[in-house]
Amino acid sequence: MPKDPRIKKVLLIGSGPIIIGQAAEFDYAGAQACQSLREEGIEVVLINSNPATIMTDLEMADRVYVEPLSVEFVERIIARERPDGLVATLGGQTGLNLATQVAEAGILERYNVRLLGTPLRAIRQAEDREEFRNLMRAIGEPVPESWIITDESQLGDPIASQIWPLIVRPAYTLGGTGGGIAYNVDELYAITKRGLALSMRHQVMIERYLSGWKEVEYEVMRDANDTAITVCNMENFDPMGVHTGDSIVVAPSQTLSDKEYQMLRTASLKIIRSLGIEGGCNVQLSLDPNSFAYFVIEVNPRVSRSSALASKATGYTIARVSAKIAIGMHLDEIQNAVTRKTLACFEPALDYCVLKIPRWPFDKFVGADRTITTQMKATGEVMSIDRAFEPALMKAIRSLEVGVYGLANKTAHRLSDVELEDAIRIPNDERLWAIAEAFRRGMMVEEINALSNIDPWFLRKIQGLVKLETRLKLSGSTIAQLADKLENAEENTPSIETLEQEYSRVVALLREAKRAGFADRTIAEFAGVPEMRFRRLRKALGIIPVYKMVDTCAAEFEAATPYYYSCYDKEDE
Amino acid sequence: MRAFLVLEDGTTFEGKSLGASGCTIGEVVFNTGMTGYQEILTDPSYAGQIVTLTYPLIGNYGINPEDFESGQVQVEGFVVREAADSPSNWRSDRTLDAFLKERGIVGIQGIDTRALTRALRVRGVMMGAVSTEDTPESLLLRIKNAPNYAAADLAKKVTTPQPYRWRVEDTHPTPMEETARNVEPRYRIALLDFGVKYNILRSLAGYGCETTVYPCTATPEEVLRENPDGIFLSPGPGDPEQYDYIVRTVRGLIGKKPIMGVCMGNQILGYAFGSKTFKLKFGHRGSNHPVKDLNTGRVYITSQNHGYAVDPDGLKDGMEVAHLNLNDGTVEGLKHKELPIFSIQYHPEASPGPTDSAYFFQQYIEMLDRVYVK
Repeated sequence: MPKDPRIKKVLLIGSGPIIIGQAAEFDYAGAQACQSLREEGIEVVLINSNPATIMTDLEMADRVYVEPLSVEFVERIIARERPDGLVATLGGQTGLNLATQVAEAGILERYNVRLLGTPLRAIRQAEDREEFRNLMRAIGEPVPESWIITDESQLGDPIASQIWPLIVRPAYTLGGTGGGIAYNVDELYAITKRGLALSMRHQVMIERYLSGWKEVEYEVMRDANDTAITVCNMENFDPMGVHTGDSIVVAPSQTLSDKEYQMLRTASLKIIRSLGIEGGCNVQLSLDPNSFAYFVIEVNPRVSRSSALASKATGYTIARVSAKIAIGMHLDEIQNAVTRKTLACFEPALDYCVLKIPRWPFDKFVGADRTITTQMKATGEVMSIDRAFEPALMKAIRSLEVGVYGLANKTAHRLSDVELEDAIRIPNDERLWAIAEAFRRGMMVEEINALSNIDPWFLRKIQGLVKLETRLKLSGSTIAQLADKLENAEENTPSIETLEQEYSRVVALLREAKRAGFADRTIAEFAGVPEMRFRRLRKALGIIPVYKMVDTCAAEFEAATPYYYSCYDKEDE
Repeated sequence: MRAFLVLEDGTTFEGKSLGASGCTIGEVVFNTGMTGYQEILTDPSYAGQIVTLTYPLIGNYGINPEDFESGQVQVEGFVVREAADSPSNWRSDRTLDAFLKERGIVGIQGIDTRALTRALRVRGVMMGAVSTEDTPESLLLRIKNAPNYAAADLAKKVTTPQPYRWRVEDTHPTPMEETARNVEPRYRIALLDFGVKYNILRSLAGYGCETTVYPCTATPEEVLRENPDGIFLSPGPGDPEQYDYIVRTVRGLIGKKPIMGVCMGNQILGYAFGSKTFKLKFGHRGSNHPVKDLNTGRVYITSQNHGYAVDPDGLKDGMEVAHLNLNDGTVEGLKHKELPIFSIQYHPEASPGPTDSAYFFQQYIEMLDRVYVK
């Protein structure tokens, strides 16, 4: 169906101030939605209390209200603007909660405003733990054992179940605020008390903590015609127990066979259909690393932080497409903005590896608790793309801007063996570097896996980088020698070709190191030469990056508006 | 060990050996699926082809004893950017490299597979060779002297030499002599094997069907001898243009029993109802192709593997187009107006790829239910 002709003017609710768990990604989503709706000739009215956003720029929407995000103000804007519809699923949890309150107050009915996209009932069903679990049971999707608690006095049942550890999640909060993992009765009381106080509904859910299970997410889309697709799946480097927002995440999944990938994809589509979501949705699942057993963890019935990542990772404009679905368009009527030849109704194929590393503010808050759990602490994230996992990881580390350029940070080497094991066992912002340090000290993949439950696939990649680091260090003086010879060569004698032949082994090593993502700065350090001198050597040797497209389709179709990433591969596009 | 991949037009890629050493020649094609390499390697429809995967990290979850789509590795050669040497998955029992070595399949790793894919997209699929022993020049000569993909009767190469059965509870083919059954089948299906995937047999078994698999050279009389309830036309490799003998067999079955066709089965039905096929520039191979069901307007994400498409213009005698590909508008399914016959160009059995189209097996059963009034 083409867009609903009755919808001429739409109110869009933004996500307000940037807070932990809800950062600039919702500005990205909102701005994309504004453009998407106006492309279809819709007049867009925007409310957002945060003026430091792109979406509140004058050219983004037709009318911009920088006003408090409260029911009262929304009502006044509705009374004045009389929009035909309200889009609630693009302003994060804040936008969604506010829209829910506005709808529940009867304001939408009073002014004859339609809630566009995902219906209110679906939002409630996804957000209310009990309703969600009942729905999952009804459609045969597994959910972990759990209890809904509205008062500490109800903790008897979970305690009697003898299932430990238990995870506590407050209802209607974002970023898992107030949640945690309880290993005993005392901890359970303490975390429950905190969670109840922070929940908008004074409600927490306590459930089996799936220790060591893989955490996998699917970004899915559905239109009013019940066509549903998955945009992207993502696998968390950190197993269950770390909030997704605090996890290192890789896209697509790396350790899932097709059977596992499709099993979880099918479950995600079944869920979005059963909820009746119209637009984007994020499904989080947990997979046993030793069987086909899985559980559905939760669903975000809206564009989420992961959607922003999935959008950038695949080139698929989730917010843009969600906005068009909200005004009644079907997936097969929306163009793929990247290829401009194919439609939004397809599933992106990646021919690269995407990595996200969260950025924590612990450098600003010295003395803060650096462990990471189910309550999100990261204030931002970086994303990188490359043809393999290793260079994507190294790029992401450099992008963090924490003064670290590779797998050696300033602290891990100072830890005692016992401290190092703790730094691997208990998730924290520096675990990645602790793992690298453990490999330097000769720890085995199996030992680190036993401590952290991180999949051996990821660990072997880090081990491989550490081995390469060792080889680079051992060849440091040869690299320096080569750099010297090049700098001091008179008028092409010896020629670069002669040097390349003479030093063929070390040149091959340098190629391998650059392909694996080692920074010039790091290699120069190992060689004891200035970074610029190494850089000149590298360029003289012809070790230079090429640029490849993010085109949503793994080169199957020509792309019109692609973006690029660098890599040390062959063909430059 | 060093290895080369050379295309018919002279384009050369240098990489490292993967799997067995030696030389192999075939049509070079790409698949955009991000998972499912084991299913792809063992899918008979890839016979005669050197397959490259656009996803760069292959072999991450190893090879397991279960995800086989036939008894053999069927691809002629395999091309990846990076083959995992230490896979991680609970079912994995060997690495991709060890598996290919064991099965004598020549492959290449470490090449820019995106550059290769772009070359195939722009210039179309073409013949090529992978070798660990030849120079690029000698490889080019070998390609020029080798028979073209379209000239080989690949169905005869991959079809079962003898009929076999797949009973309701089977996980592997069973010899015809084995007559004992634990479960009485709901329907007995006769399948013409042009290169069937095990998951078609598993899916039919999942709906309570026992399938007897016949060689592609079987006559209509042989296929109908045991009086099956339905006929199934399997997928398979090669240019459908050359399978006159199969088209004749299928014409002999039309109107006798309900028929479902998949992939090659769809193309053969196209020929049987007066049409032809044409070669697609670079085929449809992947797990993300959108297909529209013209009857319901619904769109499905499908698993595809075909290099030819049915020409809709020639269709006659009641056969009509039922599904279209949304990317390029080509025919993805046929349906007969009166007779209980339908076919789809893509893969309801998935494996690899999305299982969204598994409902076609259900539709086949419902069609049989209507015919036999159950």
